[in-house]
Amino acid sequence: MTGSVHALIQGVVLGILTGGVYALMASGQTLIFGIMKVVNLAQGALVILAAYLSYTLFTSFGLDPLLTIPLTTVIMFGLGVVIQLVFLRPLKREDSAQLSLLVTFAVALLLEGFMSVVWKTTYRSTNTDYANSSWTFWGIQFTVVRVVAFVLSLVALGLLFLLLNRTKFGRAVRATVQNPMSAELLGVESKRVAALGFGLGAATAAAAGSVYGLLYPFNSGSHYDLISELLSIVVLGGLGSVGGAVIAALIVSTSSAVVATVFSPTWSSFTFFVILILVLLVRPQGLFGTVERGAL
Amino acid sequence: MSIRSLVRGGVFVAALMALPLLGFEHWVLNLMIFTLMYAAMSSAWNLVGGFAGYPSLGHAAFFGLGAYFVGLWFQHHAVVTGYEPFLVLPIAGLIAAVVGFPIAWIAMRTRADVFAIVTITLLFVAQTLAFNLDSLTGGAQGLAMPTPPFELARFEWPFYYAMLWILLASMGITYLSMRSKVGLSLDAIRADEDKALGVGVHVQGVKVLSFSISVALVAMAGGVWAYYETFTYPQFAFDPIITIGMVLMCFLGGRGTLWGPVIGAFILVPGQQYLAYRLGGSQFYLIAYAGVFLLIMLLMPRGILPTIADRVRRRRAIAASSEGPPPADASPPTAGPGSNVPVPSGGAA
Repeated sequence: MTGSVHALIQGVVLGILTGGVYALMASGQTLIFGIMKVVNLAQGALVILAAYLSYTLFTSFGLDPLLTIPLTTVIMFGLGVVIQLVFLRPLKREDSAQLSLLVTFAVALLLEGFMSVVWKTTYRSTNTDYANSSWTFWGIQFTVVRVVAFVLSLVALGLLFLLLNRTKFGRAVRATVQNPMSAELLGVESKRVAALGFGLGAATAAAAGSVYGLLYPFNSGSHYDLISELLSIVVLGGLGSVGGAVIAALIVSTSSAVVATVFSPTWSSFTFFVILILVLLVRPQGLFGTVERGAL
Repeated sequence: MSIRSLVRGGVFVAALMALPLLGFEHWVLNLMIFTLMYAAMSSAWNLVGGFAGYPSLGHAAFFGLGAYFVGLWFQHHAVVTGYEPFLVLPIAGLIAAVVGFPIAWIAMRTRADVFAIVTITLLFVAQTLAFNLDSLTGGAQGLAMPTPPFELARFEWPFYYAMLWILLASMGITYLSMRSKVGLSLDAIRADEDKALGVGVHVQGVKVLSFSISVALVAMAGGVWAYYETFTYPQFAFDPIITIGMVLMCFLGGRGTLWGPVIGAFILVPGQQYLAYRLGGSQFYLIAYAGVFLLIMLLMPRGILPTIADRVRRRRAIAASSEGPPPADASPPTAGPGSNVPVPSGGAA
């Protein structure tokens, strides 16, 4: 009995700590949806690409993956802007929502192919000297990496929050999310916001990727696992809602960790799907989504 | 017009029926099996993705379901004549339809993008389950099928004809639905679902029905594939490339048309084999494939057939206005589908 309670608590702790990273990844994804109404299926691939970047910086130059985050953030931001300009902006048709979905899927495959050419398909992991150390309080294990990852994700999310709520660009983004047409009438350059917003969404993948590389072994195909998890989170939170994505990430990650520790890891990946289906049955717009427009 | 399409269909069926009799080498028949398989699946995808406008990214989940159903069935049943796996295909299709029905019913209550999210998640969940439930599926070790006891000279024939039958079923259903109220309903749903509901279309029923039929056909193709390959692995049965192949071929040929997905498959599958042969490693192949996809989406998002149809219509309009004889203009554009295919070399971005 105490054993299962212990496992439950350990699962919750693990889930919350991991949830921070997922919150970061999902916030980028939901931001992109909010601004452009594009479900970015390449978000997982962008995270893995960022993980490879920090892995290479670590193995080739000995730079700590946590310290290179500013650099990878800039790179991922630039890449995001380029993807938007080259692949998404030209889609100017009435069914651009459907097309953009498939285009981002193709971008994900393109990135996957690129990564498997550059880094091969063997599993990599960023093994820092603190990778395996942990603290234990009251019999509950706290891995250093996970705690660091959690704190770091909170910091990144805080910065994102400040950017969206305290800057002129952030105001333009929020206006576009709420009502693109009115925003444009009031002088927001929606094309510029779309490009920079996609860049911003991709930039959140940088910090998330560095942390992902510390937590899990990954290869170029890992983005498939990520994308289904991220999408479930984003739907649960309500497409376009950053706050919703954060809360949904914690819920999904915790329940999946609890299922893994209490029952079996086999079914933990199924948790995402069950949650997704339940959300669609009970509240299709998600926890914090609105039926008509996006909300931040 | 209907005489013409009858002739076109008749020639197509006759040519494909006769092809194995012409004594081609094994690799040609092997290539044709995969071409027919993708043509069938792309046609089936077209019912949901092309006609109803709901882009399913999870059809490979049902392909894998069919493959694993046939694989698991023959863990417990013996193969004597070699034709038993083809006989259980309808059961595989039925199971896929039964599994797909509630999923579609839930996922199709929302917009197309959430539908795409649910279906792609389904694909990866299915793959993970196939990996993890190793007591049932054999996990990463894969599932072995009995070796088909066909004589070597005609080894490919049963698989070829099985795939052909699935393709013809798929095209037949497409044709019938285009000629019936179902097709009209699907058109209305794609154009404006709320208005369709308003004028009394059974929106939900038609959508879910087309999804169930579509995934049933795909599962049957998966069953044939599993038997042909004799080994089923999670990463190949639930491969996102299979989904993307169906979608890509449908987009290339033309969504919402009868012949579009077939043309797409007949161009892309041989092209794909050529790429794999020339580029060797699968990684470059993935880049090239994604590159072709992006080019098609950006340059010709409507596909070959609608683009040609537009051009023909425009020429006819010009010809009619400049008092030229209209029938003379009907023939030249039919020669040109190949020239519209984007060159795959521009793959890397």
